Amino acid sequence: MISRDEVLHVARLSRLHLTDEEVERMRQQLDAILAYIDKLRELDVEGVEPTAHAVPVVNVMRDDALVPSLSQDQALANAPDRAGEFFRVPRIIED
Amino acid sequence: MATDPTRLTIHELSEAYRRGEITPTEATEAYFARIDSLDSRVAAYHTLTRDRALSAARAAEARYRAGTALGPLDGVPIAYKDVFCTEGVVTTCGSKILERFVPPYDATAVARLGAAGAVMLGKTNMDEFAMGSSTEHSAFRPTRNPWDLERVPGGSSGGSAAAVAGELAAAALGTDTGGSVRQPAAFCGVVGLKPTYGRISRYGLIAFASSLDHVGPLTRDVRDAALVLHAVAGADPHDSTCVDEPVPDYPALLEGGVRGLTLGVPREYFGGGLDGEVEAAVRAAIAKLADLGAQIEEVSLPNTDYGLAVYYIVAPAEASSNLARYDGVKYGLRAPGGKDLIDMESRTRAAGFGAEVKRRIMLGTYALSSGYYDAYYGRAQKVRTLVRRDFEQAFARVDLLVAPTTPSVAFKHGDKADPLAMYLNDVFTVGGDLAGLPAISLRGGFSASGLPIGLQLMARPFDEARLLRAAYTYEQSTDWLSRRPDLG
Repeated sequence: MISRDEVLHVARLSRLHLTDEEVERMRQQLDAILAYIDKLRELDVEGVEPTAHAVPVVNVMRDDALVPSLSQDQALANAPDRAGEFFRVPRIIED
Repeated sequence: MATDPTRLTIHELSEAYRRGEITPTEATEAYFARIDSLDSRVAAYHTLTRDRALSAARAAEARYRAGTALGPLDGVPIAYKDVFCTEGVVTTCGSKILERFVPPYDATAVARLGAAGAVMLGKTNMDEFAMGSSTEHSAFRPTRNPWDLERVPGGSSGGSAAAVAGELAAAALGTDTGGSVRQPAAFCGVVGLKPTYGRISRYGLIAFASSLDHVGPLTRDVRDAALVLHAVAGADPHDSTCVDEPVPDYPALLEGGVRGLTLGVPREYFGGGLDGEVEAAVRAAIAKLADLGAQIEEVSLPNTDYGLAVYYIVAPAEASSNLARYDGVKYGLRAPGGKDLIDMESRTRAAGFGAEVKRRIMLGTYALSSGYYDAYYGRAQKVRTLVRRDFEQAFARVDLLVAPTTPSVAFKHGDKADPLAMYLNDVFTVGGDLAGLPAISLRGGFSASGLPIGLQLMARPFDEARLLRAAYTYEQSTDWLSRRPDLG
């Protein structure tokens, strides 16, 4: 059973503000989904290699050559708050 | 103009262009006229790109007149799921958080179709961030199934499937992470092809679950799927997971039949949850394939049920990481009033994401969090290996697998309000994504109530040519394609 505190902890890690009502609904829904997923515990996976990717492609190399890329204006064009050539964000470091 | 161009497949339309019976401008205008009169009911599209389409159509028309047409896709009106970045055209991914996002570049698949002369009609509606099986999770509005407007078109590529089924586009591109091309194709009675992982570049695709995301065409028939695949497949320097394998001339390899092929019927795909009408249709299709000369053999994929549980760990885990980029800084929504960076991010994400996306981010973050990683994510990755081995063992004995695409026909809007009930709908499609195998859904019959039933074929990695040949052989032996939804 996932607890209310665990939901709040995961919401903090996920950077999601949840209302009290959302926290309780999320707790119930995650509980139901995790109960279903728990069927994976039935299987013996001792010694089984994990699969991260379906197609085994490793270390695709390319020449380290300069190619055209986005201009600064293009890269900043969708910013919700732009200051000149910077993304503006709320204060991070306290005085 | 002899025929209504919106009734034609890609290959029929391009033939009509070549013969000068229809021009790309006429076809494009006919599509917009049809969209204008019908899409308020279907809601297949989120954004229309009328001016851009008409200018592309005129350019194609000039090429046909000059005898310099680019190939079978030149001047063909196509729709793109709103998950594909399109330069200068708003791309929302079905989410409020990207409601006003205008990408500075085209996805590779879009650029390749554009280079082949295809005309973009617009961007299609989808479940937010491709998370869903009904297109009810679009942040904007639900899409409806052209065969019955009370029913869902499937998802997450529901807008693309409804556009093709409703003759609102000649073809469309979608994406498939757990079944999101094949399942809506089945519900809407169109062809949906999910190729091998790495066959089509993912560059410019808004990421959901990177080890599972696949680009695929939705088309009127199998030949059209081969044409689109041929145009978009192949290595891409912008996507290192896109494999450098030769691209066969798929449309030229459709003939030849199924004689000499062995088709496996996976026992676990005919279990308890399967609707009786779907089962009867798929069994009849298998009998038809046997009549056409294929050998039929029963096989077992014992970890099928576990595949769904694996999917609902791996996909949310990858999504929780991929969606961390929506932080209200670089692009997308920023909610006001944040007192510091973390507060701003948390408010932005609370305001910008819908309930299903929040649920998956939470589930994925939980599965990756300290203390739970081994129990959930680590174990799921190991079971993913078992699922992959099931397919490897089956394909050591048979050339293709044949099965239903979905447990039922299209359900009604609001019928699957419980998240887990919605997830169970993907049970027959997630295996192909987890193992990265090519798979196709095509019409395999109709229910008594007149709804399409999807027949699924699966193949070994990079064996799309054989997959398409078998699908084409079956399709040509039936008259399922003669039926059209009645939209007036």
